[in-house]
Amino acid sequence: MTGIAVGTGKPVRSRIRSPYPTWFYIPAGVFYLALFLVPTGASFYFALTRWTIFDVEFIGIDNFVQFFQEPALVQGFVNTFFYAFVTSALKVVLGLLLGVLLTSQIIARGFLRSVVFFPVLVSTIGVGITFKVLLDPFDGLVNGALASIGVEGPGWLTDPTWALFSVALVDVWKGVGLATLIYIAGIVAIPQEYYEAARVDGASGFQNFRFITLPLARPATVTVIILSLIGGLRSFDLIWTMTRGGPGFTSDVIASVIYKQYQAGFYGLSTAGNVVLIVVVAAIVVPLSFWLNRRGAEA
Amino acid sequence: MRSQRSTRLAIAAGAVAVAFATTGCSTGSGDADDGSVELSIYIDSTESSVAIFDGIIAAYKEVEPDVTITTETHPAGGEGDNLVKTRLATGEMNDLFFYNSGSLFQALNPDQTLVDLSDQDWTGSLLDDFVTTVSTDTGLYGAPVGASFAGAVTYSKTVYADLGLEIPTTWDEFMANNETIKAAGIDPIAQTYGDTWTSQLFVLGDFYNVLADDPDWAQKYTDNEAKFAEEPGLAGFEHQQEAFDAGYFNEDFASATYDDGVRMIVEGTAAHYPMLTGNVASAIGANYPDAADTVGVFPLPSDDAANNGLTVWMPNGLYIPKGTEGATLEAAKDLLEWIASPDGCDAIGASSTLGGPYVVDGCELPDDVPAIVSDMQPYFDDGKTGLALEFLSPIKGPALEQITVEVGSGIRGAEDGAALYDEDVKKQAQQLGLDGW
Repeated sequence: MTGIAVGTGKPVRSRIRSPYPTWFYIPAGVFYLALFLVPTGASFYFALTRWTIFDVEFIGIDNFVQFFQEPALVQGFVNTFFYAFVTSALKVVLGLLLGVLLTSQIIARGFLRSVVFFPVLVSTIGVGITFKVLLDPFDGLVNGALASIGVEGPGWLTDPTWALFSVALVDVWKGVGLATLIYIAGIVAIPQEYYEAARVDGASGFQNFRFITLPLARPATVTVIILSLIGGLRSFDLIWTMTRGGPGFTSDVIASVIYKQYQAGFYGLSTAGNVVLIVVVAAIVVPLSFWLNRRGAEA
Repeated sequence: MRSQRSTRLAIAAGAVAVAFATTGCSTGSGDADDGSVELSIYIDSTESSVAIFDGIIAAYKEVEPDVTITTETHPAGGEGDNLVKTRLATGEMNDLFFYNSGSLFQALNPDQTLVDLSDQDWTGSLLDDFVTTVSTDTGLYGAPVGASFAGAVTYSKTVYADLGLEIPTTWDEFMANNETIKAAGIDPIAQTYGDTWTSQLFVLGDFYNVLADDPDWAQKYTDNEAKFAEEPGLAGFEHQQEAFDAGYFNEDFASATYDDGVRMIVEGTAAHYPMLTGNVASAIGANYPDAADTVGVFPLPSDDAANNGLTVWMPNGLYIPKGTEGATLEAAKDLLEWIASPDGCDAIGASSTLGGPYVVDGCELPDDVPAIVSDMQPYFDDGKTGLALEFLSPIKGPALEQITVEVGSGIRGAEDGAALYDEDVKKQAQQLGLDGW
């Protein structure tokens, strides 16, 4: 970032001489240009057109006007934030608790750590299809189990009030392993001396957790929140597999609204939606990341 | 320093240009010197489509031994629409492809992408209703594969006989029947929103009644003058809501699938299932041969007993994209001519149980059609049939199935749903570049 002089003690004005020759940059540069810069630029252009694959008509910002008039969009926004918040919060809480549990002296710790991480490795589509079967309101295992203890389970994925929440819970089940892993790394990195000093002072278990583990695992918390919030905001695959945004539009998120518009052949409109999504995710995550990291540095 | 940077940019830009140039490769299927031709057809992967084309391939092998036909499948529905459009736009479509007629066909931009067939002799034997659904102002582009079918109420004749019910001709009679059926402990109406497309029949199948009320409705709708949020278009949405409010649906309507719906109607655990007769006939032929005489069909009733007719769908077409040339094009045209002949109809009829009459002159259904097809015949004989909206207007909004799921699940009211669909239709009309939107 800054021009730090090496060896000579003489300040370097603006740039460090690159250690690589120009040709060394070309392969990566070509890939970056062809696969990232050009499509990004093109998407900003196509967002301003009515595009049928066969021909393109420039229509200015009409797509954005249309997109924001989309009745499903308001619901989609609310659902997206609900989903991102619920999954993110649950992953932080459960991930931290599991992290504490799995760094303690319990039997078969390595095995238990693998088990909690295992769902992360399974294909999201596979998880979605499996849980769709398990959560079937009439033949599903979940409601079957509930019925055996006398509870009548709801239509997890077919009741409009439950559908999005059910998908969020499955997302948490699938993603909490990663959060746990990050917390384990963060907790293990806390020096034992703090706990020993606390023990000398007669701190209780809860005080250990509240005043040592929690503050010193903050970098892990920041990482988990950022990762799961971004993941939640752009969530699509699990929702699409389990409910397709349904019943009706009740579990639609921004990404599934965009996908349906793409599927319907509204290519310009869905590209505009993607541009909106980029802006929204950036507008939330960049300040949040800045804020969390600054608080982390102050602490 | 400046010059070095611009050199880097120039090199990078050049590399990108090369990358784009080399991706523009083409595919082509060969016609060998010995007169043998290979034809590749792009079809959807539903069971009945695959069965029909297996039958066509086997029968055509006898007619033209030198022509080898292969098929490639794509998923049905919106995903398939995108694949077809993408292949057409990039010039990588197979030699022929099988696709919807009507509004979905219009969205393919046929004048630019397909081979005009209006100079072919066999087009004279096609039913006029079908011709309009595969034509634009300047050309005719498809041959019919399969037969017409209706969107109507399939019902269990066993339940009707056991309870002594009569075929209803008005909506009130239909609801009265439902009340009797419910009292007998049978689900009056099967709904299967696990497959969302099945939710649209109350609206789509009601279109004969809309036209009976206003014969110019389809044109007004295309011109942005008629709306679903007003009568007569609203009736279909209202009827779906009434049926839900009355509690006439099966308990698991939200998660049941199309296959469940057919099973319920075949087994008589539900009395009515508004559905497409083509799909149900094919399912009965393949899976429930014993039900051929116990599943019947009647039109979705309107409020007026005098308006009682079937809303009819046209079969899909087989089209030739512009990229098909030379001997392959000739062979493809020969195949279409055969398919639009009585021999072709027979081959199709032998490979799948059809849900209605053919659309080619001289093609006759076999005598042993299931009841679901013979029940339709009187309406055809009396001229009480009308085309579905998607064949009379190029506009079909993509979100109808989600909206009808909401109306049929009590999430959204009928008027609200119809108004939402009008908004959806507007997007499609603008995308198509129609005047007046």
